[in-house]
Amino acid sequence: MHPAPSIVLFTVLSGLGLGQMAWLSLGLGPDEGLFRWIACALALAVAGSGGLCSTGHLGRRDRAWRAFSQWRSSWLSREACLMVAAMAAFGLYAAIWCLGGVRLWGLGIVASVLAVATIYSTAMIYAQLKTVPRWSMTPTAWLFLAVGLTGGLLASGAVAGLIGGAVHGWWTALALVITVGVVIWWQTAAAGAVRSADGSTMETATGLGFMGRVRLFEAPHTGSNYLLKEMAYEVGRNRAFELRRIGAALGFLTPLVFSVAALLVGGWLMALALVAHVVGMLALRWLFFAEAEHVQALYYGRK
Amino acid sequence: MTTLPESTQRKLGLVIDLDICVGCHACAVSCKEWNTGGYGAPLADTDAYGADPVGAWLNRVHTFEVQPPPSPTGPAPAQIVHFPKSCLHCDDAPCVTVCPTGASYKRVEDGIVLVNEDHCMGCGLCAWACPYGAREMDPLAGVMKKCTLCVDRIYNENLPEEDRIPACVRSCPAGARHFGDLGDPDSDVSQLVTERGGFDLMPEQGTKPTNKYLPPRPRDAQLGGCGGGAVNLAELAEPEVKGFLGWLDKALERIG
Repeated sequence: MHPAPSIVLFTVLSGLGLGQMAWLSLGLGPDEGLFRWIACALALAVAGSGGLCSTGHLGRRDRAWRAFSQWRSSWLSREACLMVAAMAAFGLYAAIWCLGGVRLWGLGIVASVLAVATIYSTAMIYAQLKTVPRWSMTPTAWLFLAVGLTGGLLASGAVAGLIGGAVHGWWTALALVITVGVVIWWQTAAAGAVRSADGSTMETATGLGFMGRVRLFEAPHTGSNYLLKEMAYEVGRNRAFELRRIGAALGFLTPLVFSVAALLVGGWLMALALVAHVVGMLALRWLFFAEAEHVQALYYGRK
Repeated sequence: MTTLPESTQRKLGLVIDLDICVGCHACAVSCKEWNTGGYGAPLADTDAYGADPVGAWLNRVHTFEVQPPPSPTGPAPAQIVHFPKSCLHCDDAPCVTVCPTGASYKRVEDGIVLVNEDHCMGCGLCAWACPYGAREMDPLAGVMKKCTLCVDRIYNENLPEEDRIPACVRSCPAGARHFGDLGDPDSDVSQLVTERGGFDLMPEQGTKPTNKYLPPRPRDAQLGGCGGGAVNLAELAEPEVKGFLGWLDKALERIG
């Protein structure tokens, strides 16, 4: 699938911001004045900019508001509605916390549940597509949830570290280890989820399997088209390997080392851990899209 | 609303005969022509006369080669099958339910799957949800385009009655495309599907397509060579003429 930069940024940033909201509204972080202002502003800004990025690839951005209408049937619509609801609930929680110095636990739980539900909806936009075997599997939703919540923990730790507060290094390290486990789970499942993984082949696509083996003799057009650009994207094996290594090293290994080292050296290391994590996640999310194969391309002879 | 109707009163759709299609692309071209000049935004192209033309089409003709397994007498010859593909107007259309704006919908009265071009925000998720590659983004209008089953022809009383069928069906010179109500078991198209063993594309995707494809018939070679029951094409090309016309033909041949 075509890895549109707007979608890569949207999924990474909104997951990160929402993950941070989920933790903050559950009571994570010190009540210290500067922390709550910076942490809440960061969470809202990151999630908000992620949401805005999602409009980047739209053909008609002026109609984006219509995406709030179909929450009964569409995961994309649910995601949009939940995103606004989560940001509103967390915004209220943050305002009362920052201005009044009180953390309303009831409101916090609502905001946290909404934030987690939003991340889940984002994952389901992709996990619902039977046409893309690499996405339509159980680990996909867990992947988005684990990455978002761990990123949120790192982001809170980074803010705390920069202003000299407690950074929860061991908890962050534990979250990273669990997330690595989920990533490996997803990656193992994805390795076998090629275009034909769910039983669709050129033979079922054409219905001609009863006659024999099918191959494309002549494409319908000599140039490219939307279907090929959008749903027959191909990434080189070496490039994918390199990116996966970079993603693993920056996204998980570096933050893991830094979050433990932050306990000894200084909290500011958490900021570096966060930056490395985000860069690594951008690489891995790019691959999430670029490596996904769509069954439609079977009609173009891609096996 | 992007929830699917529980049932539709009719199931209008196409039956495409892969035994007859000659791969002339007339259906694709006439579809492009009608939908560029018809209702809504035209089906746009970019760089149409340049080096890298790209455009939205609602119907495309693929050509496949099918290699049968070797028979006891030796290797079997491969067969070419021309394969027109457009929206199948599925009963369980995944493109409709994923739509976040309500622009995609399936009509209760005839089962046609349509896009409201005034509501579509061009996110492209419906095209991702469709296993058949039936939806294409318009490169200029920024909205999703798809086969409308020529909804602006089939009910159009300003057209002569013989033209009130989809443009692809009207233009097919070989008669490989049929249009009708596949929900009615007595309709011509349903009968055709029953007689010829019409099939669904990618049934494993669970989309329950309305459109059906008719399989290519076995070739003479597979039925035991050109001798048995095959048509002699030379006889058809030069029919023996008798009577006055025959005399005239011979007389003209002598003069000419």
